[in-house]
Amino acid sequence: MKQRQMAFEAQNSGNPKKRSLRAIGLGFRRGNGPWLFREVTLEIRPGEIVGLTGPSGRGKTTLGRLLSGYDHPSEGKVLLGNEVISHTDDAGYHPVQMVFQHPERAVNPRWRLRRIVSEGWQPDASFLHMLGIETDWLDRWPNELSGGELQRICIARALGPETRFLIADEMTAMLDAITQAQIWHNVLHIVRERQIGVLVISHDVHLLHRLCDRMLNGLF
Amino acid sequence: MPLLEIERLAVSFTRYRSRWGKEKVQVLHDVEFSVDAGEVVAVIGASGSGKSLLAHALLGILPENFSASGTIRYRGEPLDAERLKQMRGKEIALVPQSVRFLDPLMRVGAQVRLSVRGDDPYAAQREVFHRYGLAPETENMYPFQLSGGMARRVLVSTATVSGARVIIADEPTPGLQAEDVREALRHFREHADAGCAVLVITHDIESVLTIADRVVVLYAGTTVEIAPAADFTGDGSRLRHPYSRALWQALPQNGFTPIPGTQPQPGKWPSGCLFAPRCDQASPECTFSRPELRTVRAGQVRCIHAHSEDDERGISIDEAASDGI
Repeated sequence: MKQRQMAFEAQNSGNPKKRSLRAIGLGFRRGNGPWLFREVTLEIRPGEIVGLTGPSGRGKTTLGRLLSGYDHPSEGKVLLGNEVISHTDDAGYHPVQMVFQHPERAVNPRWRLRRIVSEGWQPDASFLHMLGIETDWLDRWPNELSGGELQRICIARALGPETRFLIADEMTAMLDAITQAQIWHNVLHIVRERQIGVLVISHDVHLLHRLCDRMLNGLF
Repeated sequence: MPLLEIERLAVSFTRYRSRWGKEKVQVLHDVEFSVDAGEVVAVIGASGSGKSLLAHALLGILPENFSASGTIRYRGEPLDAERLKQMRGKEIALVPQSVRFLDPLMRVGAQVRLSVRGDDPYAAQREVFHRYGLAPETENMYPFQLSGGMARRVLVSTATVSGARVIIADEPTPGLQAEDVREALRHFREHADAGCAVLVITHDIESVLTIADRVVVLYAGTTVEIAPAADFTGDGSRLRHPYSRALWQALPQNGFTPIPGTQPQPGKWPSGCLFAPRCDQASPECTFSRPELRTVRAGQVRCIHAHSEDDERGISIDEAASDGI
């Protein structure tokens, strides 16, 4: 066990692009309420696409929020390589980015899309084009785009150069099959090229089967 | 005879373009289909094609800045806004998307009893809860205490006790685990088998096909195809409209191949066929005018290129569709 740990650390200490995302003994509850989950341990390697499914209300979304720094774990820790990232929420760009099911609830309705998409970094036109974003959308307001168009903007916003992992929480559940396939084809292209690891949270077993290298089972 | 018939239904809304001007934007147009007693009809289509608005238009509960035109008939009788209001919850019931449509401060048993039309609301509510496997103590719970699956059963109970003959379900299964999806859909099938007309609006194509008799496909606010559910099979070659085929082939279990482009936004529709800009079969004629809905192989389609095996020229104009304009 010790040896394995050392080998892991050696592998994880070098190139920042080769560091895994790990959760160790994660648990979460609100205040003194009941535990939503405890003892969740997982690892996602760079460039790996991992699926997570399961009944509603068991904490899949909360796990995603802990991994991407939106919430603090009540116990346990989140590591990128050997560095604890579950307590560094205000230290600039978070290396783990999350994209939510409802894009319209994830953007400021009073900002134009140009400001929204460049909230964390400055994507250039060729990057936007790769995600199927038309440059003339950028002068519009969020309520002038469809759900699929707005979700592309949220994905572009989350895929800055410092993004090492992406949490896709029912990212295309509200979209029709054609838009879903378009978006995933674009995202797969980018994450493969940049060796970004992805956690796909979904109820759609066919989608998970299509996308994922492996499934996380028995977490909760 | 169809219980519910929709002809040339159009919905538009008014929005402020700037501080000085308002504009009217059409979101649904030329929507036509019918639902027979004993039948489950699924409505599928592009996100933002107007699926939910359709449900709201059929119940006469559109927001204030929306207006509808066209004909909705119940048992052959045209419904105006007043009549629709009388029928709502009695003859035509909605099964909404989520528990957020329930009153959060009222116990769910009491809410279901409100919809009972018989003499004994308590008996009717308890019977329906028993039928749907809800424990007796569920009636004293508040909506926030229900799990996703229980909430679905409560919402279906409301429609069941109302005795409505037309049931419209708007996205009844998102976020539910597979088991709960099957159960929710089974309840709709049972309603149809008992003689109701059931309309299920969804984007979960695969699940709804297990209970649907026919499928209505919406694209850019209109019905592009009405097909028997059995035509959604294999590579989709039995489907009549290129959009229906593209949608079917884009499912993760069927190839996951997307076609390029996006659905045109309301207010920016092209003059001819709305799908022509993305269609690999599009020819110059496609841009001349909007295709009429016509019958092809026991279904209907709004595409000039669709043809049946025995009619290579594909000009069998559907009499029923041009009726009552």
